[in-house]
Amino acid sequence: MASSQNEVPPPLQDIPTAKEKKYDRQLRLWGAGGQLALEETHILLINNGPGVTGVETLKNLVLPGIGQFSILDSAVVSEADLGVNFFLDDDSLGKFRAEETVKLLQELNPDVKGTAITEPLETWAVKDKIFTPYTLVLIAAPLDPAILATIDKHVQALEIPAFYLHSVGYYSQFSLYLPPAFPIVDTHPDPTSTDDLRLLKPWPALLEFAKQKTASMDKMNGEQFAHIPWIALILHYLQEWQAAHDGKLPTEYKEKTQFRDLVRKGSPSEENFDEACAAVLKTLVPPKPSSKVTEILNAPEAKNLTATSPPFWVIANAIQQFYEKHGELPLPGAVPDLKAQSDTFIQLQNIYKTKAREDCAEVVATVRSLEKNLGRSGKLVIDEKEVENFCKGAAHIHLVRGRPLKIVTPDTVTTFGDRTKYLANELTNPESLSLLYIAFVAWDEYVATHTTSTKEAGSEGLKVPGAGDDYEADAEKLTGISHKIIDSVIKEAGTFVEDPEYSQIKEKVGKICVELARAGGAELHNIASLTGGLVAQEIIKVITKQYVPIDNTCVFDGIASKSYVLRI
Amino acid sequence: MAVNGDSRARWRYMDHILTRPGAYTDPEWGEGIIGTLENAKVLVIGAGGLGCEILKNLALSGFKSIDVIDMDTIDVSNLNRQFLFRQSDVGKPKASVAADFVMKRVPGCKINAHVCKIQDKDEEFYMQFSMVICGLDSIEARRWINALLVGMVDYDNDDSLKPLIDGGTEGFKGQSRVVIPRMTSCIECQLDMHAPRAAVPLCTLATIPRQPQHCIEWAHIIKWEEERKDIQLDTDDPEHITWLYRTALKRAQEFGIQGVTYSMTQGVVKNIIPAIASTNAIIAASCCNEAFKIATSSAPALANTIPEGVDPETYDPDEEFAPAPNNYMLYTGDNSIYTFTFGHKKKPDCPVCGNLPKDLTVPGDQTLQELIESFAERPEAQLKKPSLSTGGKTLFFSSPESLRQQTEGNLRKKMRDLMEDGEEVVVTDPAFPTEFKYTIHLT
Ligand SMILES: [Zn+2]
Repeated sequence: MASSQNEVPPPLQDIPTAKEKKYDRQLRLWGAGGQLALEETHILLINNGPGVTGVETLKNLVLPGIGQFSILDSAVVSEADLGVNFFLDDDSLGKFRAEETVKLLQELNPDVKGTAITEPLETWAVKDKIFTPYTLVLIAAPLDPAILATIDKHVQALEIPAFYLHSVGYYSQFSLYLPPAFPIVDTHPDPTSTDDLRLLKPWPALLEFAKQKTASMDKMNGEQFAHIPWIALILHYLQEWQAAHDGKLPTEYKEKTQFRDLVRKGSPSEENFDEACAAVLKTLVPPKPSSKVTEILNAPEAKNLTATSPPFWVIANAIQQFYEKHGELPLPGAVPDLKAQSDTFIQLQNIYKTKAREDCAEVVATVRSLEKNLGRSGKLVIDEKEVENFCKGAAHIHLVRGRPLKIVTPDTVTTFGDRTKYLANELTNPESLSLLYIAFVAWDEYVATHTTSTKEAGSEGLKVPGAGDDYEADAEKLTGISHKIIDSVIKEAGTFVEDPEYSQIKEKVGKICVELARAGGAELHNIASLTGGLVAQEIIKVITKQYVPIDNTCVFDGIASKSYVLRI
Repeated sequence: MAVNGDSRARWRYMDHILTRPGAYTDPEWGEGIIGTLENAKVLVIGAGGLGCEILKNLALSGFKSIDVIDMDTIDVSNLNRQFLFRQSDVGKPKASVAADFVMKRVPGCKINAHVCKIQDKDEEFYMQFSMVICGLDSIEARRWINALLVGMVDYDNDDSLKPLIDGGTEGFKGQSRVVIPRMTSCIECQLDMHAPRAAVPLCTLATIPRQPQHCIEWAHIIKWEEERKDIQLDTDDPEHITWLYRTALKRAQEFGIQGVTYSMTQGVVKNIIPAIASTNAIIAASCCNEAFKIATSSAPALANTIPEGVDPETYDPDEEFAPAPNNYMLYTGDNSIYTFTFGHKKKPDCPVCGNLPKDLTVPGDQTLQELIESFAERPEAQLKKPSLSTGGKTLFFSSPESLRQQTEGNLRKKMRDLMEDGEEVVVTDPAFPTEFKYTIHLT
């Protein structure tokens, strides 16, 4: 350690722990809370086919330190595996793929525990309570749809999030099953969208501050004038505006630009006036929650509370009561950096913080009274920190309404129920990759139809398009299935697609089917790795309950280098 | 069990794609593709978060001849994503540890490691590769290699044209792009898409701090110089960071500012960008997917497609209003998954690949000093040590010291007194092997 002769180095202080050092770059994204959630996770990968995407996904989760993972895979390592899976080596040949990949993945992080399960899926999956140890399940295609249905039944009963993955040639697709209500408070919105300053509904302490800071502006010295916080400037000129407009506030776009001109007249070039002018359009908005947030606060789960309702819904109910009483959400309390003297800025920060604390205290009181009225047990007392966090992010909460995985039936055209109309619209949207999704459903239908009895053959009895030499015939079959699905979607949706659009759709899906068939079920390492990155990222969001996960199906086109998310 | 590294059995999956024509392959495609792939020489710049992934992906895409350059050594904070490194590798050079690991795991793949700066290698070195893939966190290094590869293009020699594939990540976001030098938009054309963060004015740091970051920058930029100027600041030395942290904390307490932490101090002084394995995996794989498509023509690659709805017979990407081929994928993963893939148009006034000087509007009473300082901040320039000359007359040399002294008298002069309106200025910077041309418009 460096130290000079004439000074004693200060003692090392608050130095991060070894773990904080190792995870520093990710802790800056999801914090200690997110990390703890990862460490309490046990992920199960049900691996099939070439099985690369699932293993690449796990790599991206073992590195940031999930608690445990298990790989269920009864396959034995073949030479073809070595050309596509990085977590196998020449010594792995002939051994169980599950055991070998677990061993090499575990080398990435000594903090993570891995387990291999080599029992065949069809005998394993039917066991009682077999899914209980796991917090999240990854299922790699191809597999017998009957087994997928069994797994699906288990994960839905336990409300365990599950992913169903495909990676074939240049294309990939994955779907996410989440419980019917998956709420998120820490959505990490874009910082530029979060300022909520209530300039149209200022409270007395804020008005008083503005009055003080703008009193006799014309007599201030230049230094003082240049450091009036823009928030105070806007409030000052709003009063001037109101005096000239029968007490009305500028609400229309045109009024706001006129108001901006009024502010500009105060000074043509001072930086604080620049800041005020730049903020006019963005900050002079009524503090009304978005329709999405209103919908969440009024969801049946929030309205019909029970003694065991999750904390999220109890707090949502309390916040809705707050909103009904005050016509606004609790104040988040953050102030953006602005030109001001240090003490003035701190003073302003404290005004916002104090109001935020008062708002939060009122919500906490409502939560406590709800708890009492609901007869919640002492063990379920909601942490005040959780309420505070909710109050801060109330304008940006998010809810995913999870839907079950799509499982095909052999020799049956897949239909999409209440999502049919949506999908029909997507068919004619030039930006949409819905055709790639439909081709993957067709791929599953092909596999389902060509599967021999699972009892004797297991996953080895699956035949994927293009596995044999005549991949062109399989491409045609796949195209035929896709066309049937498209026709059924259009018909069920009660719409009509005219030519040439209709023929173009069919031609486009035909090309995708050629690509899927020529791969013959092969994974390309790059596409598997990219998809493993996407899936791992979604898993991190689901486990940490931070940021916003997909809802609910993602496709990736490695030829056009594009992704697309569909709600199926 | 011994395995023959050359056996195609290992490549059974990939060979489906390399031996069967697809929906987008040429009618003549297929002959000799595997040989082309195996003979391609690829240079990987950076063996960090992206680099580790890129090396793995190239080896498992059938590339057999790879070089990797990185001057860095392994730090413990790399281990959460740079998966070719272990605790016991901390302190060793990234390039050689990564190369050895991948060669051991994928027999038959040869990787040469170079532990040095990219600027240490000459044109002859770069000439041997068929393409270059960058996984860097430095904009400066990207601009250097971009300018070099664009400058190397010789229209009489097809081998001088080397596609540059570039990836970058920050937290849950990233981008991958393909540059065909002189044919498509280059890194310099796209520079304004990566504007530098605005610096906090010095007077704020010195007199009116408001944020914890202001206190840290004050300790870092002002206080260290004042109190410890004999000691070279080492941002990896915990004692140094502790000193900055305590100094910043004390100042924050004086001003009633909350939130200074050790971790924030480290983040501010080292300019730490959050990084995770999953985003690196996505971007690196996207880059390698493009490399694989370029090397095998098994599907169309970015920068090499004809935009939808355009007649391929008459398409000329250099025409003013013609759309550019898709060459850029932006990725964001914090709110659902979103990619934006688009064609970034080549700029005729790009200082690296264009031939027209860029227009620059300058107030006539601005001093040369002010103009020079503005070059660092202008998103389209970002030059830190510019030297300027006009019509054979030198205005200012940033280095060497003797020439700087000779020309520094000009710094205080007004632009109006130094040149005519509409005059062309040539700017050079020691960080780039190229000249930047501007037409100055005085106002
Ligand atoms: Zn350019």
